[in-house]
Amino acid sequence: MQRARTAPRSTVRPGGLALGLSTLYLSVIVLLPLAAVAVKAVTQSPASFWQSVTNPTSIKALVITLVASLLTAVIGAVTGTLVAWVLVRDQFPGRRFINALIDLPFALPTVVAGLTLLALYGPDSPFGVHLAFTRAIVLVALLFITLPFVVRSVQPVLLELDREVEEAAASLGASNGVIFRRIILPALLPAILSGAALAFARAVGEIGSLVLIVGKVQIASIVIFADIESDAPQAAASLSLVLIVVSLIVLVLIRRLGGRVGH
Amino acid sequence: MVISRRARLSLRATALLYLLLLLVMPVVVVFFKTFEHGFGVAWGWMTTPAAVSALTLSLLMALVAVPLNTIFGVVCALVIVRRRGRLAAVLDSLIDLPFLVSPVIVGLALTLVYGIHGWFGTWFADHGVQIIFAPAGMVLATVFVSLPFVVREVAPVLFEVGDEQEQAAATLGATTWQTFWRITLPSIRWGVIYGVILSTARALGEIGAVLVVSSLVAGSTLTLPLLVYQRADQPGADAVTGAYAAATELAVISLVVLLAMTAFRARRPDPR
Repeated sequence: MQRARTAPRSTVRPGGLALGLSTLYLSVIVLLPLAAVAVKAVTQSPASFWQSVTNPTSIKALVITLVASLLTAVIGAVTGTLVAWVLVRDQFPGRRFINALIDLPFALPTVVAGLTLLALYGPDSPFGVHLAFTRAIVLVALLFITLPFVVRSVQPVLLELDREVEEAAASLGASNGVIFRRIILPALLPAILSGAALAFARAVGEIGSLVLIVGKVQIASIVIFADIESDAPQAAASLSLVLIVVSLIVLVLIRRLGGRVGH
Repeated sequence: MVISRRARLSLRATALLYLLLLLVMPVVVVFFKTFEHGFGVAWGWMTTPAAVSALTLSLLMALVAVPLNTIFGVVCALVIVRRRGRLAAVLDSLIDLPFLVSPVIVGLALTLVYGIHGWFGTWFADHGVQIIFAPAGMVLATVFVSLPFVVREVAPVLFEVGDEQEQAAATLGATTWQTFWRITLPSIRWGVIYGVILSTARALGEIGAVLVVSSLVAGSTLTLPLLVYQRADQPGADAVTGAYAAATELAVISLVVLLAMTAFRARRPDPR
């Protein structure tokens, strides 16, 4: 039975058609291809799947990828919070310029980032630092591409933080260390964690900035790429499924923290 | 919290040094390496037929992917914010998938659907349509990776502006279409523009997903990022200069993007 409504009926409220078309578009572009990966991974014998995921190359790749991503998230959380702090609480000439610069890794194509790292730390390094084709350079590349996540997630929270609480604590004799640990950090923590989780998720699947500089360091996305190139789609799909599951777990964690994916 | 001048200065110095080493140095290096052997050499590398067609193809990819994702983005944001059904909620949580899935996996996924042994690969092959190792597959990859940006920028803005103005318009006799064009779209325009900038940057810079589905043939399936990769991977210092020249083109585009982001960030209502 239709109830009488007072709200005017013609505000812009999408109908079933818009809902249907949106769902269809997302399904064709995103869900169908991802389903193909999942199907490819599970339509082999469990033994073969297990072999693809637990052979020494895969295990090593997964470990390196997860450790590198975790380090990226941890270092990024610290440096990102520091940068956000300096941008919000400090005053110095050029602050607005630096603030704009933070988004550079989102704007710069990742392969360009990789190429520059090769120039800076490769065989012709101007500083004589040779990191190319090592795990260290993977970490540098990941720190570069994930830099904006923590900064952009902490900045707005820091801006809105009530400084009167800090002043009150200080007037009661709390030291800066105590104020930071007891008042500021707890307020920032959800933002720091969700930014770090985004950085982690991004790092796990990264390939563009690494493709030129990893050399023989086997990270998961490179192993998947090699599997595709050598026409082993089942092995590639198996490892992909593991990575997708890791990403989904991170997604759920980010949602729990109330963060937004993207930026 | 009032911190001493010395502590403040050292925090500032640490942060700026970190940014200098991590962000500024790389960009400076690209420009330096490009023009190391003179402007003429760099210009020569930027204007080879391969480089020109790579730039054209990259722009073409963005020209297809961005409008598609913008239309979808606005409609989908309206669905997510205004409908609140179960399906809309599912849609909301699945939108972020392209941000989370590795680009290589995107490439693999497309190969498994449209490749020669893929689900629909045979059908397309029988009809003379090649998708994988052809521009069509690269477009699909680009659309995939740049899909969520507009939705994610528009949805929070839409939520914030509410629908009171639309109700007023409706009371005054406006049709739904009139309301959309004159009220809804103008009030979300900065969100749309910001989303378009982000998707364009991503579409132009994508390499991982496109690398898997490209045949890397200059003139037909080589985008600008792929050209950087190909030239940098070639032995010989000459080709490396070519890689830097292509990278400079991309860096210039991204600096324009960065300027646009900065200009529009101020206008866009902060969704957080």
